[in-house]
Parts: sequence; structure tokens; C-alpha cells
Amino acid sequence: MSPEARNRLVAIGAILVAGAALAWIALGNMGENLVYYWKPSEMLAQGDKAYGATVRLGGVVVPGSVQWNADHTSLTFQVADTHLPTAAKVTVTATETPPQMFREGIGVVVEGSFQSNQVFKTNRLMVNHSNEYKAPHDGGMPSDWKDTVTQAANETGAK
Amino acid sequence: MNSTLGYGLVLAGLLCAVFAAVVGIATGLSRREGALPWVQRAMYGFAGAMVLSNLVMVKALLEHDFSVKYVSQVGSRATPTEYTIVSLWSSLEGSILFWGAIMGLYLFAFTWIYRREHGRYMLLTLGTMAAVAVFFSFLIAGPANPWPAIPNPPADGPGPNPLLQNHPLMIIHPPMLYLGYVGMTVPFGIAAGALLRGELGDAWLVPLRKWTLVPWMFLSIGIILGGWWAYAVLGWGGYWAWDPVENASFMPWLTATAFMHSTMVLERKKSLKLWTIALALGSFVLTIIGTFMTRSGVFNSVHSFTQSDIGPTFLIFIALVLVFSVALLAVRGHLLVAESHLGSIVSREGSILLNNLVFAALTFVVLLGTVYPLATEAFFAKKITVGEPYFNQMALPLGLGMLFLMGVGPVLPWGAPSKELLQQQLVVPTGSGVVTAGTCFAAGYRGFMPLLAFGLAAFATVVTVRELFLPAKQRMDEQKEALFTALFRSASRARRRFGGYVVHLAIIAAIVGIAASSAYKTHATGTLRPGETMTVGDWKVRFDGLATGKEPHREYVAANISLTGPSGVEIHRHESLAPRMNFYERSNDPIGSPSVSAMFLRDVYVSLLNFDSKAGTASFNAWVFPLVGWIWYVTIPLLVLGSVIALWPQRRQRPAEASAPAPAVAQGSP
Repeated sequence: MSPEARNRLVAIGAILVAGAALAWIALGNMGENLVYYWKPSEMLAQGDKAYGATVRLGGVVVPGSVQWNADHTSLTFQVADTHLPTAAKVTVTATETPPQMFREGIGVVVEGSFQSNQVFKTNRLMVNHSNEYKAPHDGGMPSDWKDTVTQAANETGAK
Repeated sequence: MNSTLGYGLVLAGLLCAVFAAVVGIATGLSRREGALPWVQRAMYGFAGAMVLSNLVMVKALLEHDFSVKYVSQVGSRATPTEYTIVSLWSSLEGSILFWGAIMGLYLFAFTWIYRREHGRYMLLTLGTMAAVAVFFSFLIAGPANPWPAIPNPPADGPGPNPLLQNHPLMIIHPPMLYLGYVGMTVPFGIAAGALLRGELGDAWLVPLRKWTLVPWMFLSIGIILGGWWAYAVLGWGGYWAWDPVENASFMPWLTATAFMHSTMVLERKKSLKLWTIALALGSFVLTIIGTFMTRSGVFNSVHSFTQSDIGPTFLIFIALVLVFSVALLAVRGHLLVAESHLGSIVSREGSILLNNLVFAALTFVVLLGTVYPLATEAFFAKKITVGEPYFNQMALPLGLGMLFLMGVGPVLPWGAPSKELLQQQLVVPTGSGVVTAGTCFAAGYRGFMPLLAFGLAAFATVVTVRELFLPAKQRMDEQKEALFTALFRSASRARRRFGGYVVHLAIIAAIVGIAASSAYKTHATGTLRPGETMTVGDWKVRFDGLATGKEPHREYVAANISLTGPSGVEIHRHESLAPRMNFYERSNDPIGSPSVSAMFLRDVYVSLLNFDSKAGTASFNAWVFPLVGWIWYVTIPLLVLGSVIALWPQRRQRPAEASAPAPAVAQGSP
């Protein structure tokens, strides 16, 4: 084998080894940083495996379940698969202030982890943006937000 | 009327593209160059038809012609005129139409500029580009047709997505990104032309390089503007989340950057030919995959709009392009043989080779993390995503490696370096790096990685600035020129080199901004009554009460705030500058917009989480981000400046000038 061919072989070998090492590290690292998208029923079905993993739990906020703690720093509510009363539910404790749109019955995604005391702890609370527009001319336009704006104007004395 | 005209123009464009593709490739393969003028005319025809079709769409949008399907989807009489024009690219069909116009402009410019040159490659190259144009015009004519006529047009439409009307950055971010994505068609055509022809001469390398730099520049700007938009509009206090859509734009940027470096080895050493060509082909494939991921709705994001039918068409096209590229490399690759061997790894070419390996590794890492969730969902029906820590942990060491190579590479000469000279040249930069890291440590900044990043950034900056000024200094010493004359003349003698180093400075500024703003950000959250104050880092945020207001297309609730920094000066952020909730007439949900007080050394960023109009309270998320503005305010101008210098056409040199060695060459480190 000529020296040139040997050099080339060494170089290719080195690149292959480096590539394999990179793939191994990347796959290993990825395995530790997976985020699971689960509905409450899917998460509960995992049993013990669900504890500790990073989860994005998606569902709807159960009406009547939203409660603030005494000093108004953390929020507890239940997330259910669907609006049906029989749907699987999980209790969620959020330490983050919820966004404006947060309300009972709305779709949410909370990121955090499921504790062995059956409470899902989250510091990231996202409300499902419907991103759907109202039809231009549907007669009864539910304009809740308009009331809010008017109220805010009246009550803060701003213009 | 608009419908018929616009659609007719799309069909005309499609016909021109089909003609150019078939005739170009067929006659190119049989080397009958007489057909070239006809192919060129067809390219002009495609460009003209696409641009005109877009103008018709703009006209329809401005006239609020709701009988055109696309206008009825995104138009609204309440939308301000500038956003009405922008709605051309605010939804799927329009954005693909706009894509066609940009492709037309690129193909026109390329065909026109080289209309009398490079005849041997031109038929095959134009034919390949036209084949890509066939795909896009087919997409516009079929699966993503914006032109269908609506029999009973509504009186008004919904207007574009509110998120896209919230900030002027939205007007420029998409065109920049499209100019980057679409432009990669040109190097793809050039590279495919070389492979089909089976040769790659020096002359053909010039357009390949320049026409990669043009889309590279736009892609860079587009990516940064996208991050800036997310930062200034979405209010979650960040600019980059390794979202699939962001990754999709980042991957072709990585391969195109690698290409720009390996092409230097190709020019100098006549080796890495196949690798360089593969990078050009790969960048194009990645832009198409990126478009697919962004637009088809496989990933849910603000970019995916609604579920659409373009996915299958795209997948077929991606498969065709991949098969074509791999087959070309396999069948024709052996014709592009290296004419020399690479020498020592401690040399300019060695450092560029390492740079290319690092870029390839990062592309692989990002691709893996982006595609893995798709694969698990397709094969195991499991919905997962790869978390941000994976990307951060993998990208950090690779990014620092790039920064190191950016500092070391320019010091190393081509071929075999002399050890003494090397050591001598590395003393000052290394010293500056150590001093910078030490100073940051003394100033109270902790953490190994960020301090290493600052040290390496100082190291690379000193090397780069020295390389920029050294030729000028020689002129000043030898020819007694003034600083600016010397700088200007030395720069215009070696434009690519000078421009390249200016771009290096731009990238260093971005890396410093990213490192500082992610390692040393401070965050606070709280609910305030009017008059109450919260603290974030060295800053105090006082809530001055809620205010409401009305703009033509929206109403808003603003939480007026005042900021006080360490200097004690109070900054009022009221009304349009305050963190707000915007309410659009046709949208159910309010859209928040944060208040960003941008300063050279830091941004104070406050977003309104919610407000309670009864109690008069408001909840805020506040951050202080050091140096974050550098990523856009410093990097974008430097990047454009450097690219324009490198692209500026070289005057035809007089023989006397051409034979005189450039000062840099005499120095041994061009």
C-alpha cells in the first residue's frame, strides 16, 4: 500500500470514528432531553414511568377547578382530556402567572413533570391559541374582550 | 378578471419553465449550444410572468377584490395599506406565489448577467434551474393555487393573522428569508451544470461562489430578523428556541457557510472538489426540506398556516432532488478529481477542513433533533419533541470550536507553516483572550463556558482586526498613504478577503451577544398595583396604571410602566411603548406585545401577562438581557457590509497591476 493510500485510509477511518462518536453522543443526549406530548389519560396509563420525565400535558381546564393559594403565588387546577365529565383528569400546580386568555374550559398545554404525589408541577403554562378568525358577518359576535377593554377604561380612569 | 389574468400568467410561467428545462437539459447533454438563446428567452418569460402575476395579486389585494380566493382569505378593509401589501406573503398560497416572483428575479438576473459567458455550462445549468421553477410554478398552478374565482364574493374578509400585523419586522423578515431560500436554486443549478458537464474549471467557480454568497447573506439576515421578530413580538423573552422552523432555516445556512470556506481550498489547492459541490447541492436540498417543514403543516407553528395539500407534492419533489443529487455525485463525481493533496493539518487548508467537519457535525446534530420527532410519530405513533437542552448542549462546544477556528485559521499560512512565525503571531491574540476572560471574571461574571466564549471572541477579534489592517499598515509605511486611503486601497485589492473578515467580526458580535444574553440574563415576575415596583437585576419596574386605546385595526390595553436603572434615570414606557395586549377585531384571542427598552449594553424587556381591570392590577414578566441587541444591531450591518465588499465586482486589472503581488501575499497570509 502506498503512503498516500494509507494516509487516505487513516483520514477516512478517523472521520468515521469521529462521526460514530458524534452520533452516539447526540443520540444519548437526545434520549435524556425528550419531551413527551401526552393527554392526561395517556400520562396516567404510563404508570410509574411517567414520574420525572419532561412532559407537555395537553387538555382542557376543568370548570370550577381553578384555585389560587393564599398569597396568590401559585395556581392549582385540573386538566382533563376533554370537556366530558368522565374524562381522565390530572391536578396541576403552576408557579407561573397565567396568561390573559387563561380561563376555565380553555385548552392548555402545561410543561413540567408528574410527581409521585399525583400532582403535575409546571412553570410553563401555555394557552392554546385558536388562531381562528370569526366569520366576518356572524350576527352575535361574542366580544368578551371588548367589555374588558371598556371596563378597564372606566375603572382605571384612563382615557 | 384579476383571477383569470393572474392564473393565466402562472400558466404562462409554467410553460416557459417546462420549455427551458426540457430544451436546456436535452440540448445541453448532447452539447448543441445553438439552443441557448431560446432557453434564455424562456427564462426571461418565466421571470416576467411570475413577477406580473404577483403584481396582479397586489392589485387585487389593494382593490379588496374578494372574488379572488386568496384575497378573501387574508384581505380586510380594516387592515392598513402596508399590511395589505404584506398579506401577499402572510398565508400559504400567497407566499408560494411570492416565492415564484423571487425565483423569477433570481433566474432573470443570473441569465442576463452571464448571457454571453460560460456557454459550455449554461444550457445544463439553466435547464436545472428551470426544472426547479417547473416545480414551484406547478405548485402555484395546482395544490397551492391562490387564484380560484369565488362566485359570490363576501363584502369583507378576515385580514391577515394578527401575529403577523403586530410588528414592522414582519414586513422584511419573510422576503429576506425567501431571498435566501430561493437563491440557493442558483448554486444548485451551477453545481449540477458542472456535474452534468463533468468538469469544474476555475472560471465556473466564480459564479458558483458569488451566487452562493448572495443567498447566504439574505438567509443570514432572514434568520436574525426572525429571531428578532420572535423576541420583539411573542413576549416569551427569547429569540431562539430550536423550533423546527428555526432549525429548518439554520441547516442550509450551516452548509452554505461550510461551502464558502471549502471553496477557498478548492480554488487554492484544487482539492475538495466533490465535497464542495456536495455542499452546494446539500444546501439546496436543505432549503427545500426547510420549506416543506415550514409550510406543509407537519410542524404546527405560526408559519404553517392551515393544513394544506402541498405536503405530498413537496415530498415527491424532495425525493426527486435527492435521487438526482446523489446519482449525479455517484455517476459524475469521479470526473472532478483533486489535483493536489492536502498537506499538514496545521495549515490554512487544515483549519478549513476542520471548520467544515464542525459545520457538518452541527448540521447533523440539528437535523437529527429536528427529524427524530417526525420519525417516532410516523413509525411508533408517539408524540414527542426533542427539548432545547439537547440542542444547547450539543451546539455549545461545536460553536466554541468554530470560534476557536475563526481565530486560528487566518493566522495559519497555506501549506507548511513555520513554527516560530506562528508562535510570534499568536502571542498578542492569545494574551488578549486571556485578559478579556480574566477581566470578566474580576468583574464578577462566572461560568466556564461564557468566559471561554468571551476569551475566544477576543482572540478571534484581535486576529481578524489585525488581518484587516495589516495590508493597510504596510501601504502606510511603504507608500506613505493616509490611513483611510490605505485601508480603502488594500480592501479593494483583496475584496473577498477583506469582506470575509468583516463578516467574521459580524459573527463574533452575534456569538458574544448570544453568550452574554443567555448566560447572564435576569428574570422576575410579579403582580403589581398602580404605583408598586418590582426589581429585575439592577432595574426597577414601576407600574403606572392601565390605559386603553384604539388604532385603525386594533384596540389595546397598555400597562404603563417606568424603568429606573443603576444610573437613577427614569425611563417612561407609556402607551405605544408600554407592554400591551392587542385586540384585533376578527380574532378571539388578545395578542400581547412586550416592551423592549433597547440599550447598547442591555435590553430591559417587560411583557404583560395579564391584567385585572376590576382591581386595576397587572402581572408582568421582566428580563434584563445583556448585549442581546448586538445580535441584530451590530451583526446585521457588519454582515451586509462584508458581503457587499466581497461581492463588489472587481475592475478589470491593467496588466501592470495584475503582475504586482498584493501586499498580503508578500506577507504570506492572504
